[in-house]
Amino acid sequence: MTKYIIKRILIAIPVLIGITIIDYAIMCLAGSPLEMLKGPRVSEAAVEAKKIAMGLDKPFYIQYFVWLGQLLHGNMGYSVKSYQPVAEMIRSHLGPTLLLMGVSLIVSLILAVPAGIYSAIHQYSKGDYAVVTASFLGSSIPGFFLSLLLIYIFTIKLKLLPSSGMITLGTNGGAADVAKHMVMPVIVLATSMAGSNIRYIRSAVLEILQQDYLRTARAKGIGRFRVIYKHALRNALVPIVTVIGMEIPMLFGGAVIIEQVFSWPGLGLMTMSAIIGRDYPVIMGVCLLSAVVVLIANLVTDILYALVDPTISLN
Amino acid sequence: MKKEKEKNLTEHGMPGKDITSESYLQTVFRRFKKHKLGMVSLVVFIVLGLAALFAPVLAPYDPNEIAGSFSGAPCREFLLGTDQIGRDVLSRLLYAMRISLLVGIMATLISTVIGVVLGLVAGYFGGAADMVIMRFTDMVMSFPYILLVLVAAAIFKPGLWSIILILGFVDWPGIARLVRGNVLNLRETNFIKGNLVAGMSLKHILFSEILPNTVAPILVYATSVLALSMLDEAALSFLGMGVQPPTASLGNMLNGAESLTVLTKQPWLWVPPGLLIVILVMAINFIGDALRDAVDPNSK
Repeated sequence: MTKYIIKRILIAIPVLIGITIIDYAIMCLAGSPLEMLKGPRVSEAAVEAKKIAMGLDKPFYIQYFVWLGQLLHGNMGYSVKSYQPVAEMIRSHLGPTLLLMGVSLIVSLILAVPAGIYSAIHQYSKGDYAVVTASFLGSSIPGFFLSLLLIYIFTIKLKLLPSSGMITLGTNGGAADVAKHMVMPVIVLATSMAGSNIRYIRSAVLEILQQDYLRTARAKGIGRFRVIYKHALRNALVPIVTVIGMEIPMLFGGAVIIEQVFSWPGLGLMTMSAIIGRDYPVIMGVCLLSAVVVLIANLVTDILYALVDPTISLN
Repeated sequence: MKKEKEKNLTEHGMPGKDITSESYLQTVFRRFKKHKLGMVSLVVFIVLGLAALFAPVLAPYDPNEIAGSFSGAPCREFLLGTDQIGRDVLSRLLYAMRISLLVGIMATLISTVIGVVLGLVAGYFGGAADMVIMRFTDMVMSFPYILLVLVAAAIFKPGLWSIILILGFVDWPGIARLVRGNVLNLRETNFIKGNLVAGMSLKHILFSEILPNTVAPILVYATSVLALSMLDEAALSFLGMGVQPPTASLGNMLNGAESLTVLTKQPWLWVPPGLLIVILVMAINFIGDALRDAVDPNSK
């Protein structure tokens, strides 16, 4: 087991280095930061001086290592627009996003796990068809369209829920207020995730139900209830762990658009305004952070997977 | 088809029951038909696809010409009303579907070709090639997909072809992994080993023996890529970073709904394109699901 974990970590290291290279390459592709500086009142000499000060006169690979060294010290550069340190900006926007993502993930699992298991146990029944159809609808509806529909129904027609921000302006917020603001974004994010999760869990449980050990359990005559709840569900934990791992990149992506629609003051909203304003240091900081988070999530999933299913680490 | 049925009738006395002599495609189609939602979706998709293809014939007005009053409600003259500057919504919708399908299909083709080639190379040759390709795949997969697309859209000038290329070049890792896995399995089968012993050329083994045997799962996967790229095109165009006006796409037609008057008082401007995306993507997903059942060698 330890050997397997070490092997997974060793594989992750070149990927991590590769991620930083891709990230840096995109930043270079996006253009020189000096272009933002140029203007009628800035002399050539000043630009040249800045170029040397920023180390842009050095070759490409040296610049990369300088950047990497800064990164290891926690310095992700400065925003071109607000001159704030990128690391600081990310830190201050991370909270709302994690809150939104965490709640959405939990809600989607609460929806998907029972629905997927129910659907698999009652395969080809009317309930199964209903669940599968609903799951296809969930993964086929664009998040922003569902958001517009929800805003139309709950904000405009019923006047029940606020459609933007995290707290009501002019108030201190409080848990109830934040919760009220979270309802719609969470519904949208959880719907799209639950859609694909239900089908994934359903097919995983279907596979488990056909295993020999379940046939043995049934043959022992211990009853349908105990077969399913004691023998099958414990093994269904494996696909559920995988689902959570697969969710992380989806959550990050989904948050960018949904935060934009609902003006949720998180990382997604910050990223979107950075993208529109071409604030590359901020964009690259977010890209790098999310890629690293995804990489770690995959690593943890792999290790958890091996813990629940010991045969994997032997291959 | 009919002739064959008659032949079966004479030989076995039972109409259409003989499945021993049917071709692979016939088998697939016979199984596909069992999936009712898949069949309905196929019909819906073909009808919508034809409507998109023949948009220039079907559209009552020029999609980019001002034809009526501003933001007119649906009436007999304009079945789905007119938009903020008086263009016919129905005509724009037909053309938008054309553009959205074009983006989805082209992006899927590009990513499938890239994924298949990389997957074949990685799976068949193994060793260093496999290592490099798969680690690169891991790297691309680590970046949240939509973020990568958004960043690319910010760097390159937004437009129809840049969005196709961006989606195509970001979407391949899933297919590459799938193909690699299949090739690894196939490489161990006796018929491929037989080919090696018989001294067949590498080109022959890769493209005439291995590829045809992995086409079915690729096709199934490609339907989900098509569904995803259409959703992404819609999201990007909605954010104003995809297909640029005046060209209509299903996503940028929804863009207007960001204004409160459109959202509250002119639902004919944003509900139809939104519903059309849902219907198209759902149909594609169901077709993919039916196809998965139909090509599964373990099903009856």
